[in-house]
This record gives sequence, structure tokens and C-alpha cells, in this order.
Amino acid sequence: MIEAAALTKLYGKARVVDEASLTLASPGVTAIIGPNGAGKSTLLSMIARLLPIDGGRALIDGLDVTRTRGDELAKRISILKQENGLMARLTARDLIGFGRFPHSKGRLTPTDYEKIEEALTFLDLLPFADRFLDEMSGGQRQRAFVAMVLAQDTRAILLDEPLNNLDMRHAVAMMRLMRRAADELGKIVVVVLHDINFACAYADRIIAMQGGRIVVDGPVEEVVSEETIEAVFGLPVMVRDVEGQRTCLFRA
Amino acid sequence: MVERHHAGESPTAALPREPAARAAPEPDRPVARDGHPGSPSRRNGQKLLSLGLLTLAVLFVISLFVGVGDLSVRTLLAGTWDAETMRLMLVSRIPRSAAAVLAGASLAVAGLLMQMLSSNRFVEPSTVGTTEAAALGMVVITIFAPDASILAKMLFAASFALLGTLLFLVLIRRLRSKSSLLVPLVGLILAGIIESTAYFVAYRNDLLQSLGAWSRGDFSMILQGRYELLWIGLALAAIALFAADRFTLAGLGRDISVTLGIAYERIVALGLVIVSLIAALTVVTVGEIPFVGLVVPNLVTMAMGDNGRRIVPVVAICGAGLVLACDIIGRLVRFPYEISVGAIMGVAGSLLFLILLSRGRPARG
Ligand SMILES: Nc1ncnc2c1ncn2[C@@H]1O[C@H](COP(=O)(O)OP(=O)(O)OP(=O)(O)O)[C@@H](O)[C@H]1O
Ligand SMILES: [Mg+2]
Repeated sequence: MIEAAALTKLYGKARVVDEASLTLASPGVTAIIGPNGAGKSTLLSMIARLLPIDGGRALIDGLDVTRTRGDELAKRISILKQENGLMARLTARDLIGFGRFPHSKGRLTPTDYEKIEEALTFLDLLPFADRFLDEMSGGQRQRAFVAMVLAQDTRAILLDEPLNNLDMRHAVAMMRLMRRAADELGKIVVVVLHDINFACAYADRIIAMQGGRIVVDGPVEEVVSEETIEAVFGLPVMVRDVEGQRTCLFRA
Repeated sequence: MVERHHAGESPTAALPREPAARAAPEPDRPVARDGHPGSPSRRNGQKLLSLGLLTLAVLFVISLFVGVGDLSVRTLLAGTWDAETMRLMLVSRIPRSAAAVLAGASLAVAGLLMQMLSSNRFVEPSTVGTTEAAALGMVVITIFAPDASILAKMLFAASFALLGTLLFLVLIRRLRSKSSLLVPLVGLILAGIIESTAYFVAYRNDLLQSLGAWSRGDFSMILQGRYELLWIGLALAAIALFAADRFTLAGLGRDISVTLGIAYERIVALGLVIVSLIAALTVVTVGEIPFVGLVVPNLVTMAMGDNGRRIVPVVAICGAGLVLACDIIGRLVRFPYEISVGAIMGVAGSLLFLILLSRGRPARG
């Protein structure tokens, strides 16, 4: 359960996130969309206690993120940031193993090894399992970081632009994976997406941000309309149903 | 380059009468609590580890038999091994070799930690101000409490080292662009400022000679009873191994550490204390030895990656081997004179480092 109440972030006078409130109580995939600089990453970072909060509160399973022990929260919420890894000459397998840290504290049990193999398989990483991250392609590395988040096995999962660097096949696979995580494992997945069509196809709910505020929050059919998308992105678009799939195209 | 007669064991120098030394030290055999069983990197690591240990043992034996004093393998074989040679061995040769091993191992580990804490591969305690601050601390405590015990002086120097390193970390946290070369550059500037301060204070108080000893690594003065502080360095390296997972994650950055539930600030503080203590220990006992902390971790991470649990033991062993080898070379090149290990390491280290840079190793990543 993720609850944000009037979350606010200030940089100087700029209200980068402005009284954003949301509640995610049941399993599902929620997409956050919005133009560059809308405050999406900042909002996720505050919820995941990576950034100090300037106003409002964020609760995970009812625990205030600013007051709860870090290792307790690490079993409840995980986040994939937009950019990752400074010194990352680790093998994919080692990295994913570190995802088990909140549970094993470094002493991997057979269960941990199982979870690691599972994450490697899910993200199509078995051929690269023992390769160093700095010797992988951008997309392979991105998948390794997502696998690490998956291995952490928390109920709440925040993913900031996980489709970065992924080809179409792997992007679709990633979105299907999120769907499965929500449907089969009961995860609460929040994902920042720039491609509205991925949000249409795989999300249950879409939250649109603009200038630090949450401007729209609702089911896909409700949010993805020409008026709303044009208002949020300031760009004329066409929204059509193509073979039953809600589709959003920019007007050239 | 400094050359001097071998002070500790020139044939005429009287050896201090002290009780027999301990047996030759072996670096603690690290326990590999390792990742995936049977993974290739793990097997490689263990092979490297045993190879390193073997090389270190050979170097150690060589080191025991190199010097001005009348002590060679020939005396051993000829059976002219008497009480006098035994004493030379116990009072000078073994302590000297042990000091090189301990200093090398702990300095290399300190370098690795420094790199993890600043997420940059091109820093080490002597290039960010830690070592210089320790030397400044020694100057200050020698002015105000010249009769303090060596342990007290060392701890005082360590607190200076801690402040110096903290200052560096605060500075680089504030850097807008964490460009990979800016970070070591800031470190070099800070180190330069602290070093000149130390020289100024030492000059004003007639301590330049002592400061010289602290800032120039040299094992020729090592005798039994004058190096034992260095064992603390090995204990600190063991702590680093124990917390290796956390340090590795700290190297991946604050965000990943926090996400995985690690008290990031606390692990950075622990790393700072370890690095500062090791810097102070070596400054007090043998003087600054440059480059070990830079070259060894870089070579090891290039071959084996950044997983601390796997590499801390290897880094320690390679550091010990490198310093011991440099000390042996220093004793041999101008026999019977000596060139200090600091000078040899300066040459060997900068060469190795240039090779590293020319291979295009990125500072981060
Ligand atoms: N450290 C900082 N200091 C000042 N302003 C910042 C800082 N970090 C972010 N901002 C500003 O906050 C705003 C929101 O940034 P944020 O990263 O949350 O946007 P975003 O919605 O994730 O954008 P994108 O789609 O480009 O990832 C931006 O205008 C950005 O310039
Ligand atoms: Mg963003």
C-alpha cells in the first residue's frame, strides 16, 4: 500500500512537486506520464525515501518513510531510478544477488539463489549472467537493474522509465512482466512511461503530471483522450481504437 | 632519491636487545563467503588468491635473506647459523618484512575503500588529503605533546586524517559536475594545501626532519618493537572484508544503498574511520607510501570486478606483495645502499598507473 498525501518538493522557490496525493492500495500497474520536468522522478524518489520531503507525507503499508528503519522499508518498497550505477563492474548475477540484501543481509540462502535465477530468466539475462555490467549493452544493463529490483521481491515496486534503451521486443516483454507481477504475484507496480501506448496497453490506471501537479488520475479509457493528452503535453494528438487497443498518435 | 646506509642492520650497528620476535606473519587467510557456487568468476578468484598467497610467501622468504647483515641462504646451508644471525632475523629482518606486508595490505584496502566511498577509481588516501592530514596531525601533536605515547599520537593523527577525508567528501558531494577527472583533481589540490600547511607548521617548529620521515615511506628503520601498530591495519582490513557487501553497495551510490536498506551514512562513516586509521598507522610507523592504494585496486577490479567480498582479500595480498617487492628492489639496486620504498613505489606505481590510464580505464563505471 502506497499513500502520498500532499507531497511537496521545493528547489529554492520552484515547487517541483506540488501537493501530489495518491493512494495505491490494491495490486495493479499504474503508469505515470507527463512531459519532461513534470516532477515524475522527484515524486517517486520522495515516496522511496531517496529525497527529503519538503511537505506532506508518504506512507508505505502505513509506515512513514521518513521515520521507519531503512531495512524495514527495503522489504516493502523497491525503486529503479532513471540512471543507475556509478562503479558497476559487477556481474549481472552479483548485482541481482544484491537485490536480495534486505532479506539475506549478504548470506544467500537456497531461496535467494532461486530468486536470482528466476529474475535472470524473467529478464532474458541468462546468456549474460556472468558478464560484467560495464561490458553489456545499454538495454542489457537496464534489464539487469530491473532484475535486481524484481529480486528484491517487495510488494510495492517503483520503476522510473524502465523501458529506457530497450528494443521493442524487450519493451513489450518488460511490460508483460509487470502485468504478471501485478496479476500473479499481487504487486503494486508504479511505472513512469513516456510511450502512452505502452501505458494504454498494459496499465490499469494512469496518473498524468504537469508542472509538479497531478492533473489527471484515472483508468486508461478515461485519461487517454485527445483533450486530456493535448492538455498535458501541449501537443495535438489523435486517439483511436485500433483493433480494440487504445492508441495515441502525434499529428505530424 | 634518498639513499642511506642501512641503519637497522649495518654490520656495525648494535642491535637492540629485545625478546624474541613472533613467528613470521602470514596474512590472514580470508574466508570466501562467496556468491554463486561454481560460477567461473568465483573459481578464478580462488585460483588468483592461492597464486597470490604463494607469491607473497616466496617474496617474504626472499625478503628475509636480503640485506647488509651477514645473513644469507648460504649461511643457513653452511650451518653457520648462530645466535647472532638468529637475533638479526628476529629483530630486524622478520619485522621489516612483516611491516612491508602489513602496510601494503592495509594501504591497498584503504585505497579500495576510498574509491568505493567516492565512487571514483582515481583516488586513494594519499591523493585526497588523508595521508597529508595524518602527517599534519603528527606535526601538531609533536609540538603540543611531544611525550605522548605513539598510540596516542597515532590516534590524534587519525582524527586529523578523518577531518581531511571528510572535507574531501563534502567538497566532492558539492561538485555540480561529478566529472570523473574533477574528483581526483579536487583531491590533489586539497592534499597539496594540507601538505604545504604541514610543511609550514613543521618549518616554524623545527620539525622538518620528522615530517620528512612521515612523508617518505621507508622500512630501513623498522625493528622489532617499532612496527607492531601495523597489525591494527590488518584488523581494519578484516573489518572491511566483513562489511564488504555494504561497501560495494556504497560504491554503487547512495540511492541503491538506501533502496536496499543500508544505512548509507553509517557505512560511509565506518569506511572513513578505517581509511583514516590505516593512513595514520602507516604514516606513523613507515611513512607515506604512494600509489599502492591506487594501482592495486585498479588492477584487481579490472580483472575481477567490483564485488568487494571477492576482491578485498586479493587486493590485500597484491598490495602486500607489491610493497614487499618494491622494498626488496630498493635494497638490491644499489647494494649495500638502500633506496627507500617510497621512492621505488613512486617510480613503479606511476608507471603502472600510466599504463592503466593509457588503456583508457574510465574513472567511473
Ligand atoms: N537537484 C535539483 N535542483 C534543482 N532543480 C531540480 C533538481 N532536480 C530536479 N530539478 C527540477 O525539478 C523538476 C522535476 O524534475 P524530475 O526529474 O522530477 O522530472 P521528470 O518528470 O522525471 O522529467 P523527465 O521526464 O525528464 O525524467 C525539473 O524541472 C528539474 O529541472
Ligand atoms: Mg524523470
